[in-house]
Amino acid sequence: MSVSIKVEGLTKRFGSFEAVRDVAFTAAAGSITALLGPSGSGKSTVLRMIAGLELPTAGRIWMGDIELTAKSVQERAVGFVFQHYALFRHMTVFENVEFGLKVRKEGKESREARVKELLELVQMSNFAERYPDQLSGGQRQRVALSRALAPRPQVLLLDEPFGALDAKVRQDLRRWLDELHRELGVTSLLVTHDQEEALELANQVVVMHEGRVEQAGSPADVYNDPATAFVAGFVGAANVLHGHVVDGHVHLGTFQVPGAGHLEEGAAAAAYVRPHDVRVSTEETGVRGTIDRMATLGWLARLSIRLPGGETLVAHVPHDELGDASEGDEVWVDLRSPKAFGIEPVMHSDADLGAPVDAVPTATQQSG
Amino acid sequence: MSAPSDVATPTTPATGAARRRSRLARGALAAAAIAYVALLLLLPLIGIVTKAFEPGVSIIGDTLSRPEVRHAFLLTGIITVITVAVTTFFGLVVAWVLVRQRFLGRALMNAVVDLPFALSPVTVGLAAVLLFGTGGWFTDFVAARGIQVLFALPSMVLVTIFICIPFTIREVVPVLEEFGLDEEDASRTLGASIWQTFRRVTLPNIRWALLYGVALSTARAIGEIGAVLIVSGTISGKTETATIYIFSALEERLEAQAHVVALVLAAVSIVLLVGIEWLHRRNELERSRT
Amino acid sequence: MSDAAQTVSGRSTARWAPHRTAAALRHLGLRGAAIVYLGAMVAVPVAAIVSSGFGDGLTSFRTALAIPYAWTAIRLTLITAAAATVINAVMGTLLAWVLVRYRFPGRRVLSSMVDLPMAIPTLVTGLMILTLYGPNAPIGKFLDRFGIQVAFTWVGILLALCVVTLPLVVRQVQPVLLELDPAEEEAAATLGAGAWLSFRKVVLPAVRPAIVGGALLTFARCIGEFGSVVLVSGNIAGKTLTAPVFIYQLANQFRPAEAAAIATLMFTISFVLVLVTARVTRRVEV
Repeated sequence: MSVSIKVEGLTKRFGSFEAVRDVAFTAAAGSITALLGPSGSGKSTVLRMIAGLELPTAGRIWMGDIELTAKSVQERAVGFVFQHYALFRHMTVFENVEFGLKVRKEGKESREARVKELLELVQMSNFAERYPDQLSGGQRQRVALSRALAPRPQVLLLDEPFGALDAKVRQDLRRWLDELHRELGVTSLLVTHDQEEALELANQVVVMHEGRVEQAGSPADVYNDPATAFVAGFVGAANVLHGHVVDGHVHLGTFQVPGAGHLEEGAAAAAYVRPHDVRVSTEETGVRGTIDRMATLGWLARLSIRLPGGETLVAHVPHDELGDASEGDEVWVDLRSPKAFGIEPVMHSDADLGAPVDAVPTATQQSG
Repeated sequence: MSAPSDVATPTTPATGAARRRSRLARGALAAAAIAYVALLLLLPLIGIVTKAFEPGVSIIGDTLSRPEVRHAFLLTGIITVITVAVTTFFGLVVAWVLVRQRFLGRALMNAVVDLPFALSPVTVGLAAVLLFGTGGWFTDFVAARGIQVLFALPSMVLVTIFICIPFTIREVVPVLEEFGLDEEDASRTLGASIWQTFRRVTLPNIRWALLYGVALSTARAIGEIGAVLIVSGTISGKTETATIYIFSALEERLEAQAHVVALVLAAVSIVLLVGIEWLHRRNELERSRT
Repeated sequence: MSDAAQTVSGRSTARWAPHRTAAALRHLGLRGAAIVYLGAMVAVPVAAIVSSGFGDGLTSFRTALAIPYAWTAIRLTLITAAAATVINAVMGTLLAWVLVRYRFPGRRVLSSMVDLPMAIPTLVTGLMILTLYGPNAPIGKFLDRFGIQVAFTWVGILLALCVVTLPLVVRQVQPVLLELDPAEEEAAATLGAGAWLSFRKVVLPAVRPAIVGGALLTFARCIGEFGSVVLVSGNIAGKTLTAPVFIYQLANQFRPAEAAAIATLMFTISFVLVLVTARVTRRVEV
């Protein structure tokens, strides 16, 4: 049976450097929780502390009702999957998967049965006698997974399991992990920097940055209702607009964006708008702009729209809404669901940001 | 891999005459290399075989049946076994500590491991004399316990250990550094204790490096002369190793016997060499496996 | 990595769990064992030499060097070591090149032979040289006709040193040559460089650190060499007596203090060299 994982006040200091600060979250039994964040955010350290491979500076860890904090790695009985597989290079696939069972002194027959069962589950039955260096990356990771699952752990911890693999293999394995989890229902904690992976696989996403938890919630929550500027910028693409708060709006030169009611008057702020929330139409509502560039991404079109002030917006528009619009055409832009956050002068540099713009028109554009 | 000498390399000229000249140059280089090794090693090796058999084949049997000769081989064997056992075991400990632990003084420990290579063997023997000879630091200590160190087995073993210390450590350290950490972590998450992890995961990873170090130490221990010569007192039939026997025999003009013993040692070395080469290759192969 | 070795300033309740204490003990126990082993087996003997050598400060040096033949012995040792180092650097690089870049029957055997000096006792090496280059030996007699004497001269010493240090440069240079990217030499060739120029400008700079490392190892080894030299040189005081043999003689004559003085001097030289070499060739990051 699977159990929940709870972490409270988890802190890790290396000398004077704080890698993890006061992290707390709960992973429900049977769920997949993703620890999502850029490199250096401390997510791997959190995972290793839960496994017992690192000693926390402060904080407590529970698995179900049992507090793990004082237990050794061996006693915690967690399944751990490493980014670089960590297969025992001198043992065959079979011996690798069997290892945890042998340590627990399980009988030979039951060991064999269990190993066979798992190898079939990960579709590696034909490779039982091979050695790790004879396998591809994807195959090795599947063996690593079955090795971790063999002793029937209550919890499965995965440290960037697909990080070392090609894009295609990564996608295949991601889908496959999803199915596996549905079938087995083991509480899983997945560390990743790939937000697509997190959003696709997880029941809960814990976004981490510089050792702290920025937000913990469902994939929909972190995507649609980012709690901080970092989450808004890191999860999903976004156009970032800088300005100041004037009367509950983020004022950007001649245009303004609503949604800043919770921020201090006059403070520096950034508004985040998702590319698919940038509405493009030929009806004259909103602000006028020109399609600078248009790229077809399958069923979606990605538009670079230049505004009179020289700024550029990135918009994702389904093809059927485009009609026969093409590069150089004049269009009108409307912004939906902007999220405003107060910012410090120094901007985070995060991946997946759309083109920053200085000014953007809104539905409340002054006329004339 | 090396380019076959008759296949084009980047700098092989295309035209006929130039190609021949290049071929010639390469042939000359190869010949020079072979000649160098032949003059320095191969011919002398042949020389010693011939010289040993000069008085006739029976000299072999005659020499090897002498009690002092047998004792010399036995003593060499004993010293070598003890030395290799001690340096391998503690060498593993030191290598582990150097690679898996972080502490103040690690650099110093690292440097100390290299010290034996910096000393002439005679200096090592001298150190033993300074420590256990008249007025030495430990002379009274061991005398009070009735142990004789100098001119007896203990000092001979001690100096040989000193000389062989770096071999195991230098071979195991790079391998421990390069890989195994993730595997060791994985092993612990699967429930294996530290000792089980060491036995089942770490040891298999380093076994070729370890064995290579053992082979090197063995060869070095067998061949030791400078240090043991000073501490042994060269008491025939008691404190003479095989190498010391050769030395003494030459001094006493027993040249035929000296050559026979030298031949035996040379033969043993060649067998060891084959082992060393094979282990070296296995070690390199291991380290290139990802 | 995990374990009690890290500094902890927090309030984690896991700190004093029994397995943590066991881990800490094991950790420190291993380190203690390593320290005791190296301390007793290496540090103490070296300390004995150095304290005896520097015992009376530098005056013990002066008295030692004042001994007849001490200075000539040291000078002979340093010069022959330097000469052997140069020869070994050149021939070692040549050998490495031939072994890596050429293929010919017997290459494997040649490679193994190069390692022979590592396996064979130095005393046997000395004896081998005598059987070939000695006064009554084939090549010895041949060279005698040209007035070249090998045994019991500095020539013999040089020869012995070259034999004994044969693998040192080769084994440093070989791995570097193997890893060399052929693309650089190919680029040089497309720009018109011939074999020798390509070697000088592309290969040599890349292997220079390895050659230097091997040369330093050779020199350190040479100034301490005993087994082969003691047989080949004849140990004629003032002519073919080297420092190591001199130290041996002094020790045998129950003059350990003087022996220690000379030993300390030689040791200091090679210690510095080995430290430098370790930086250049080894991989333990400290």
